[in-house]
Amino acid sequence: MFDTLTLAALPPEDEALRPQIQALIASHVAGLPADRRARSWQGFDAAFSRALGQAGFLGLTLPRAYGGQERGPFARFVVVEELLSAGAPVAAHWIADRQSAPLILGYGTEEQRRAYIPRICRGEALFCIGMSEPGSGSDLASVRTRAERTNKGWRVNGQKIWTTNAMHSDYMIALLRTSGTPEDRHAGLSQLIIDLKAPGVVVRPIVDLTGDAHFAEVFFDNVELPVEALIGGEGEGWKQVTAELAFERSGPERIYSSVVLLDAWIRHLQAVGRRDAGVLTGRFMAEIATLRAMSIACTARLALGESPVVEASIVKDRGTTFEQDLPVAIGDDLAAHPDELVSDELYRTLLYVTHIAPSFSLRGGTREILRGIIARGMGLR
Amino acid sequence: MDASELLEPFDRMLATIAMPAAVRAVEGGSDASAMWSELAQSGFLDALVPEEAGGAGLSLSAIAPLIEAIGAHALPLPAAETMVARALLAGTGLASPDGPIALATAGVPGQIVPCGLVAAHVLIDLGDRLVLAPIDALAVTPTGVHHALAVRIGWEGTPAGRDITRPRAGLRALAAVVRATLIAGTAHRLLELTTRHANERVQFGKPIGRQQALQQNLAVMAEDAVVARIAAQLGCAQGLDVSPAAAAVAKSTASSVAARLAGTAHAVHGAIGISEEFDLQLLTRRLHEWRLADGSEGYWNGVLGAARLADPAGSVDWIRAEVFA
Repeated sequence: MFDTLTLAALPPEDEALRPQIQALIASHVAGLPADRRARSWQGFDAAFSRALGQAGFLGLTLPRAYGGQERGPFARFVVVEELLSAGAPVAAHWIADRQSAPLILGYGTEEQRRAYIPRICRGEALFCIGMSEPGSGSDLASVRTRAERTNKGWRVNGQKIWTTNAMHSDYMIALLRTSGTPEDRHAGLSQLIIDLKAPGVVVRPIVDLTGDAHFAEVFFDNVELPVEALIGGEGEGWKQVTAELAFERSGPERIYSSVVLLDAWIRHLQAVGRRDAGVLTGRFMAEIATLRAMSIACTARLALGESPVVEASIVKDRGTTFEQDLPVAIGDDLAAHPDELVSDELYRTLLYVTHIAPSFSLRGGTREILRGIIARGMGLR
Repeated sequence: MDASELLEPFDRMLATIAMPAAVRAVEGGSDASAMWSELAQSGFLDALVPEEAGGAGLSLSAIAPLIEAIGAHALPLPAAETMVARALLAGTGLASPDGPIALATAGVPGQIVPCGLVAAHVLIDLGDRLVLAPIDALAVTPTGVHHALAVRIGWEGTPAGRDITRPRAGLRALAAVVRATLIAGTAHRLLELTTRHANERVQFGKPIGRQQALQQNLAVMAEDAVVARIAAQLGCAQGLDVSPAAAAVAKSTASSVAARLAGTAHAVHGAIGISEEFDLQLLTRRLHEWRLADGSEGYWNGVLGAARLADPAGSVDWIRAEVFA
């Protein structure tokens, strides 16, 4: 079972990207405190994203004809690994680069590719993804927000929620019902590009428990879209979304969300000269190494053009479990030494990661849904 | 030769010589020499020995699927250990003795050695060198664990035998990688048996595998098996001269999932799984024994953590340099 998930190495030509991206990151994030860097996924810095685009670190897997670098998933792995392990702010370009551009390339028309992908590669067109709705989170088949055909194009009515960074984005790629009813489940769903500046769109940020606002709710009141808003086939939305999730679930982003905290804790142990946390430190190292090997193994399947949905679910479930264990165990270790002073920066980092950690296993498919996908892959369903 | 060309004949042979009844017979004290001679004649025991010394010259990575198969079949002989010992002997320029060789990685008399009961020699790490000691020259005492093939070995002064060049990180690191690979093979076999049972066993009018609660546990079991295998592959990738960090990742990871895998397998099988006549126990008893052998997860985490805490690098950079290099 799962024999295809096997050890793979990063090609030397992609490893060669590492010093350049490290230097670029260092020049932007070196001065940021750990509790800012710990926000990485949620860190929004459009100037940094444009700098990445100028230096050729966005659109790594996309064709040169559309402004990309025409490299493979391994190059992306190296760049994303460096960004996240350093805690660089990636939110501005994250979704456009990681999901929207590959989706438009794969399913979009030539006009759509030329209209959006070069700007994404320059870090100038920012995207969000409208999947969840009130009453429809992991159960995306129950999507109700509707796009009706009009004689000019599409008219959208409904609401999306938990949409990451919608308030900072230029466009949303939304999963919408273009025919049938929620009872039709996966049939009748399509993906459309919505210009968030279009009349009738209202975006409201949702403040989270850390005081940040990275989620938003988005309302559509008779929003008129051109015919060309449709990506791919009408009614093919579910199939397109499923393929997309393999990219989202298997990358370094499922391993490194807490790594800024891990490094801050290790620096603390080194500074105070404490040695009694060696076993715990070793456990974390063994887990990171194993997860990294699994993520590279999954990347190798993507590089072969496969869509390893079940394997990606394994990486994500395992990776987010690790990301969530870290703040709990580090909190126990630090507070098990109540007479040892902890800096404000480390304390804020610990509590930020602790408070936001529940989201790690929610974004991109909940733990229970992923385990259901794995069970199906085992022939149990 | 690709992995499947190597694996298929080996796997077929194991399926023939290590039927569950034969495994039970050896565990019950029957002579294993016929089983061993089939294995020896196959030539696979010299897979790691360089070609110029008469072996196949394969890497540890290349034969990892064979080691997994040994685990999956619950072979009651130290075949993987013998492959490693023969390669180390050849590296020192020595011919290998015919019989099974077990590995003793603690350096102290009284240590527990897996498969010692069926070994003809034991390769002992004394800290500065390895010694190949005939089992007859050692004091051997059973552990008293039901049907276990592990024994305690002891000696007076220094064990007598030939000196062998010690690998850079000691025999324990290499044995730990082999043990992790055995665990990975056993884990995948356990996963297959348990998944099949969940699909066949009917309760409340439907297969128990249709229950979501069970599916969630079985999904975690699958993850554990995948995790054990990829960690073992990381260890094998460095060959016989494995670094302590890579060995630590392999064994710590495999050991840390072994007990949960065995637990879930038994939970899904219910009472029949812990009966002696049902084959499941041949695998789960080994998982627990191997988790403890050559350092548990706690031991290897300590090794790994001490090295990490002594280095100012960031964790991801450190892992790349120490484990993936």
